Amino acid sequence: MSTKGKVHLPVGQEALEVKGWFGAHKYLVLRRISQAFFLFLFLMGPWFGIWWVKGNLAGSMTFNFLPLNDPLILGQMMAAGHWPETTALIGGLIVLVVYALIGGRVYCSWVCPINPVTDGAHWLHDKLNLQKGWQPKRSARYWILATVFLVSALTGTIAWEVVNPVTMVHRGLVFGMGFVWAMVAAVFVFDLIVARRGWCGHVCPVGAFYSLVGTKSLLRISAVKRDDCDDCMDCYAVCPENQVISPALKGKADVTPLILSPDCTNCGRCIDVCAMDVFRFTHRFDARVEAPSDAVSNPESPNRNAA
Amino acid sequence: MATAAKPKHIDRRRFMTDSARMAAGCAVAGSLLAYVAREAKALPDQAIRPPGALDEDAFLAACVRCGLCVRDCPYDTLVLADLGQDGPATGTPYFTARDVPCEMCDDIPCVLACPTGALDKGLTDIEDAQMGTAVLVDQENCLNYLGLRCDVCYRVCPMIDEAITLDLIHNARSGHHAIFAPIVHADACTGCGICEKKCVLPEPAIKVLPVRLARGAPGEHYRLGWEEKDAKGAPVVEGIIDLPDRLPGPGTDNLAAPGGYIEGLVDGLPSTPEGAFEGGFDPVFKLPEVTR
Repeated sequence: MSTKGKVHLPVGQEALEVKGWFGAHKYLVLRRISQAFFLFLFLMGPWFGIWWVKGNLAGSMTFNFLPLNDPLILGQMMAAGHWPETTALIGGLIVLVVYALIGGRVYCSWVCPINPVTDGAHWLHDKLNLQKGWQPKRSARYWILATVFLVSALTGTIAWEVVNPVTMVHRGLVFGMGFVWAMVAAVFVFDLIVARRGWCGHVCPVGAFYSLVGTKSLLRISAVKRDDCDDCMDCYAVCPENQVISPALKGKADVTPLILSPDCTNCGRCIDVCAMDVFRFTHRFDARVEAPSDAVSNPESPNRNAA
Repeated sequence: MATAAKPKHIDRRRFMTDSARMAAGCAVAGSLLAYVAREAKALPDQAIRPPGALDEDAFLAACVRCGLCVRDCPYDTLVLADLGQDGPATGTPYFTARDVPCEMCDDIPCVLACPTGALDKGLTDIEDAQMGTAVLVDQENCLNYLGLRCDVCYRVCPMIDEAITLDLIHNARSGHHAIFAPIVHADACTGCGICEKKCVLPEPAIKVLPVRLARGAPGEHYRLGWEEKDAKGAPVVEGIIDLPDRLPGPGTDNLAAPGGYIEGLVDGLPSTPEGAFEGGFDPVFKLPEVTR
């Protein structure tokens, strides 16, 4: 991307000029608000004594009525040989159904407390213009997920919870942070130096699990106006899972413009940085492609030539 | 799409090597994870699990570390273990008796709060809890064992006279005092830790330990002869020779012949008239009478 001799514009520069700062950061801001909101729900108790929500991301109780439980942890629990009580089963089922509908990895980009950490690492990674480093296959996380279940079964423990930075950090924030900062720092350094977008994009089995949960989710991003694409590559640069874009954006006329890969986190950053407003949120049955708003604007697009 | 044109075996070979690489990587990472997970099973001595907690192995399979038990504990007894400290598995609930002991709530809110059953809802009477067992670990510094009347552990015990009793022992130092020894009865002890909390010493002489540390276990095949005999109502082995038993009291002549002595007659020694012991011996040599 930073080939010598070419102008290296920051990602989203064009969108920034066209849509203004908020227009080009809308979903980023919304996501940060969402992440803060879900964290705040849990912090209201310990900070202000308002116990609407008790517990943490592994398991919680809202208004002493609504149980929510992490289904991945329950899965490991069953692998370890313990059948949870009804409360946890109901809580896990609710979470499963919700994420199955809105997209499993919505958890990753809108709720997970590690997301700002890895986003921060990536931001700095970009600033420092570092090498992308170790890039294990995207499928590595599924292998890790399988390993986690296997180890849970073999050791009779909820194995991933021994090291899981996601629940560890959340628990640390809600119940008091001690050595957990080291975990945050480790993930940050891993993403910054060892592997670009390494944790969320290649390693984390929690994300892999929620990918599987959201395989058939309704809420999807579609490259509705893909014919307007001017090949600026900003969406690829900003997307944490940019392998999901091509099939939709560069697909031939008979290929759906929907980003159907379960890896997509529905973070909406592609919508933000696109000056041409190619992408938008929609549902998985909405496969329409809009005609280019200005057919002459980029007649050289290989996409259309192929079509 | 371009790969479809390649010969198939290349794809297969690549798939195999990729898979092998992943499997090897996961084997290494998984072994590490298993090691860490197993390490976490070693519950440290001073960490006591909440009431109703399954035994440590089962507990680590069931506890999701959500902290709902901690939130519903009205005395802030329970805390979640922090990472990297010399505590129990990260994020799991425990308490340190010397800091805040369990106050043994009647409704056991921590157990009710647990969504997974890591704290067993079968525990409905807090007096049946077995969080740990109190052990008088230091008889040399225990004030009662020194012959003083501290009695604090005994008096603060919610299960007074059941979990802790004061048993009288002869004080050999003074020769004529009693030691009121605090004796823990593990069956009744809930492990609440109030005795440890209240022990007046700078470092408590009585401590609550996880049951596995606090208790021994009899051999499975062990039978206590006297209990078996009581249960049977007759000697366990027919025709066994029963030697005379020496009974309390002065002199050398207070022996009870096989068959024992008549109950009630032993009280009031030494004024018991001679021959009161059924089948007692009549010694040839008699000690001079003690005049009081």
